[in-house]
Amino acid sequence: MTEFGHTPITDTPETPRDKDTILYLNNVTVSFDGFRALNALSLVVATKELRCIIGPNGAGKTTMMDVITGKTRPDEGEVIFGHHTDLTKMDEAEIANLGIGRKFQKPTVFENLSVFENLELAIKGWRSVKNCLFFKLDKATQTRIHEVMETIALSSHASRLAGELSHGQKQWLEIGMLLIQAPQLMLVDEPVAGMTDSETEQTAALLKQISQDHTVVVVEHDMEFVRELGGFVTVLHEGSALAEGSLETVQSNEKVIEVYLGR
Amino acid sequence: MCRTIFSLLVGLLIFSTAAHADELDTLLQELHSKSFSIKANVVDKLGELDDPQVINILQHMLEGELYYTKKDNVTVFAIKEKSLYSLFNARTQEPMGQVKKREIKKISVNNSLRRQLRATIANLSLFNKDPQKRLQAAEELLKNFDPEQEENIRKALEKETNSDVRDVLQSIKATIDLNSNEKSTRLAAIEYLGESLSQETINQLNGLMAKDSNGEFLEKDKEIRQAAEKAIARIESKRVWYGQVENLFFGISLGSVLLLAAIGLAITFGVMGVINMAHGEMMMLGAYTTYVIQQAFPGLLEVSLIIAIPAAFIIAGLFGIAIERTVIRHLYGRPLETLLATFGISLILQQLVRSVFSPLNRAVSTPEWMSGSWQINDALSITYSRVYIVIFSLLVLAGLMLFMKRTFFGLQMRAVTQNRPMASSMGINTGWVDAMTFGLGSGIAGIAGVALSQLTNVGPNLGQAYIVDSFMVVVFGGVGNLWGTLVGAMSLGIINKFMEPFTGSVLAKILVLIFIILFIQKRPRGLFALKGRSVED
Amino acid sequence: MLQKGIIRSILEHDKGGKILITLLLVAAVIVPVLNLLLPETSPFHLSAYNVTLWGKYLCYGLLALAVDLVWGYLGILSLGHGAFFALGGYVMGMHLMREIGSRGVYGHPLLPDFMVFLNWGELPWFWYGFDNFFFTFFMIFVVPGILAFIFGWFAFRSRVTGVYLSIITQAMTYALMLAFFRNEMGFGGNNGLTDFKDILGFSLQEDTTRSALFALSAIALIVGYLICRYITQSRAGRVATAIRDAESRVRFLGYRVEHFKLFIFVVSACLAGLAGALYVPQVGIINPSEFSPINSIEIVVWVAIGGRGTLYGAVLGAILVNYFKTWLTTAAPEIWLYFLGAIFVGVTLYFPKGLVGLLHKMKKNQKVNIAKGEAKP
Repeated sequence: MTEFGHTPITDTPETPRDKDTILYLNNVTVSFDGFRALNALSLVVATKELRCIIGPNGAGKTTMMDVITGKTRPDEGEVIFGHHTDLTKMDEAEIANLGIGRKFQKPTVFENLSVFENLELAIKGWRSVKNCLFFKLDKATQTRIHEVMETIALSSHASRLAGELSHGQKQWLEIGMLLIQAPQLMLVDEPVAGMTDSETEQTAALLKQISQDHTVVVVEHDMEFVRELGGFVTVLHEGSALAEGSLETVQSNEKVIEVYLGR
Repeated sequence: MCRTIFSLLVGLLIFSTAAHADELDTLLQELHSKSFSIKANVVDKLGELDDPQVINILQHMLEGELYYTKKDNVTVFAIKEKSLYSLFNARTQEPMGQVKKREIKKISVNNSLRRQLRATIANLSLFNKDPQKRLQAAEELLKNFDPEQEENIRKALEKETNSDVRDVLQSIKATIDLNSNEKSTRLAAIEYLGESLSQETINQLNGLMAKDSNGEFLEKDKEIRQAAEKAIARIESKRVWYGQVENLFFGISLGSVLLLAAIGLAITFGVMGVINMAHGEMMMLGAYTTYVIQQAFPGLLEVSLIIAIPAAFIIAGLFGIAIERTVIRHLYGRPLETLLATFGISLILQQLVRSVFSPLNRAVSTPEWMSGSWQINDALSITYSRVYIVIFSLLVLAGLMLFMKRTFFGLQMRAVTQNRPMASSMGINTGWVDAMTFGLGSGIAGIAGVALSQLTNVGPNLGQAYIVDSFMVVVFGGVGNLWGTLVGAMSLGIINKFMEPFTGSVLAKILVLIFIILFIQKRPRGLFALKGRSVED
Repeated sequence: MLQKGIIRSILEHDKGGKILITLLLVAAVIVPVLNLLLPETSPFHLSAYNVTLWGKYLCYGLLALAVDLVWGYLGILSLGHGAFFALGGYVMGMHLMREIGSRGVYGHPLLPDFMVFLNWGELPWFWYGFDNFFFTFFMIFVVPGILAFIFGWFAFRSRVTGVYLSIITQAMTYALMLAFFRNEMGFGGNNGLTDFKDILGFSLQEDTTRSALFALSAIALIVGYLICRYITQSRAGRVATAIRDAESRVRFLGYRVEHFKLFIFVVSACLAGLAGALYVPQVGIINPSEFSPINSIEIVVWVAIGGRGTLYGAVLGAILVNYFKTWLTTAAPEIWLYFLGAIFVGVTLYFPKGLVGLLHKMKKNQKVNIAKGEAKP
């Protein structure tokens, strides 16, 4: 793992791009009616890394996710996936098909479809209209779906409508949908919002397990949860990166303390 | 200056009256002839007579009220009253009692005589003391010009002081000068006429370009022809320019109608996000309110519109509040269902109007002060009703903006639309604000209906005709933005009117619709879209 | 055998659909029999008027099916489906006009009457080919399909959704109505196309032709139902439902939302066109008022009343509402609009799931009651 985060970086960080860099945001700026949601943000994420993004409300965390997944076009800057793919030129579907999955802050599952069907829609492949019209569920796919249901502890709810699940179960179903997409990079927005403590613990374990074969970027408020994940931390403030490093490092950073306590 | 001329004139008249008195009598007697050519001759001679009574006599002759008694051949004015005729001596104006039809004989006129009479009267009126009359007379002469009047016009021009009358007289003189023998006079006349704007002048000048049957120019002088050609081009380019100005005004006037129709919708749809398909019917209610007020108070026609404005606001507003409380309130957050339910309401309201007022269109009268038109020059005239509607629509918009910005209710309204739970927790009765906001939007639609009653037929389908257009304006301008609604309405109105000369009105409308459909695809949130994260949800 | 297998798999778990198709099959046989074979004196004789009337209802049913496919499953509230219906109708109307040949009032061998009346010298280019039935049959799907494709391609690609989409679909049909009212368009202006004589050589006045058209409408409705049902049961149908509920989520899963929308929208437009094409020979006229926005909105009400997103509910709604409309407009014409307006309001407020939803609810209650009854000794 690259260790360059001991010194706080504000404006133009040194951005080493190793062979195993999977995501590279360079000088990304987004503004809405004069308000700068992202202000020359630069960020590097390495392959198979588990990265946590923290920051106060309005720091630009969700906007950053929007930019990476193609929902929002940046006014300036570039977003490179892998080595050369510029994400700012692509739309959501193209980016998703490159292997970038996203879980939303508010759990968004398809409430009028069953748990099984939700996972079936998420599974890799069969994305064109033609394929979908003549899709036949084969054994291997079925097995894979059951595996994932096992992982997210929803096996016994396979045929229930997703809309009938509890809040935590919806969160997990969405993580499961992300998992079954088999993305190279997973963006997870506040996965434990509204969860009980034990659910939070289980989720942390699940994400850690997932991060062994995937790159995971987690946006979170809950410091306890971030500590549990134990990954590398980036602090966002007013649309740019304020500090990076392990949780302990950033927590002792004066600027970070000022931002969090000064408010 | 004016007074001296006037006293001079009067003196002249007094002096000449005595001398011509007998001649007038003789001429009047000659007028009793049956032959139109003799009568024409007499009218000419009368026109040369400097007698103040001549105009009056000719006027009566023109109107078919000049008679003579069969018994003693006295020339009289005969005014028909029921079955009898009241007679007045044509010379002295003294009343001569009432007689039956068979005792008198009409001095009849034919068309050519009528034309001659008009020209002669106009000519004589050129020396009237009332400048308005002189202007009328001059304009009459310009239309029915008689070359023999040349001398009179020169005289009148010398004495004339009123600039409007002078302008017209100058045009007449220039027309005369066109046929002068002096080339420089002709060129000067062409030059002068080139400043005109009227179609008649173009026709006159075109006369100089005419060819005979062999294709030879009737006008031999090339220089004159070239000058005329240039002058025509000059007039035509000016007329085209004024045509554009007129189009622009028509566009603005259509735009203000659209604006009126859309302002209410900008509140209900733009601010509250409610798709109110019954919006058109709110306008219809406003128009019917105007009709009812005119029927109930026939004596107050002149002020009926002024009364109708608040009345329509209240009636449509109450209907709006009722609709909000009974139906829309249950459907917030379900725009498509709101659309269907309000469409149902619109059907009910249409049928209601049909049952109450009959399915036929009702006639709403236009008060005197709104009829007529404002003649700016020969190429440009604008009807007053349109001018008033432009002004009215802007007033309504300005009033609404002030209301939203300056009043406490406006503040509450904006608070509720921006953050409902917060507003609610601060003690604002959000349900009440919703109802009032919807009532406001509907009330404004009612006011729009009052204006529309002056422009289109008032019938059960009035609303339907405007609903698609109103939505187009709001969506085009950008939802939730009153300035956007203004710009949207005006640009659609102007685009429409500028296309009409090339495409016809129906095709223009279709093209505008297609344009908006394409536009929405490019900018789904309209011209003046709100940006930011909040609009994404 | 294979086909039967497919149909069976399509109708699996679809009790309503099975009932509907059985009823339609029965009607397709029984109605012509009652009309043609029974003597007019028989109490069971069905008049030609009624055969045509029910044929018309079936066409409306197919149209409602088309609207339900896009509204119920894809969440697109189209207020312009009347346009596709009318276009299909005009295509058929053009064929029927060409079939008249020289038997028109003016007896021109090539030009339809209205063109002779307007002093047109020759047939406009877009009227060529419609004398051929197979070409016409092809165009019944192609013309509405192309309009839907162009419209949808622009609209879906730029992500116009919700009410905005509804409003521009309304603008589309409104613009078409204005256009078809123009004589210059070459489709008979105000009066539209009418005075048809026969279809494929069979006189439209004959009872046999009318019965055949009824049976064809029933078959078209069955085929339409099976197509819709197949799509909604496929993975594509599940993607559609997902788009309806959470469009952006579907994008982030890597689906091209606009492709799915476009496909279903075009299929729906083609079905609407077919409905229009079957409707015209039965009612004997097609004119621009079919494009009027209110017609399109009425279709939506049929679907809402029957039950959005259930397919057979849409068919049921269309037939029921129109049955009532026929009855009310003859019994008390002034009440019809009050009634229609009231059901608009009533359904959206009290029965958002329509009649089918109501039936399900009643069934559920019944089951609960039975369960309660069993629980007690």
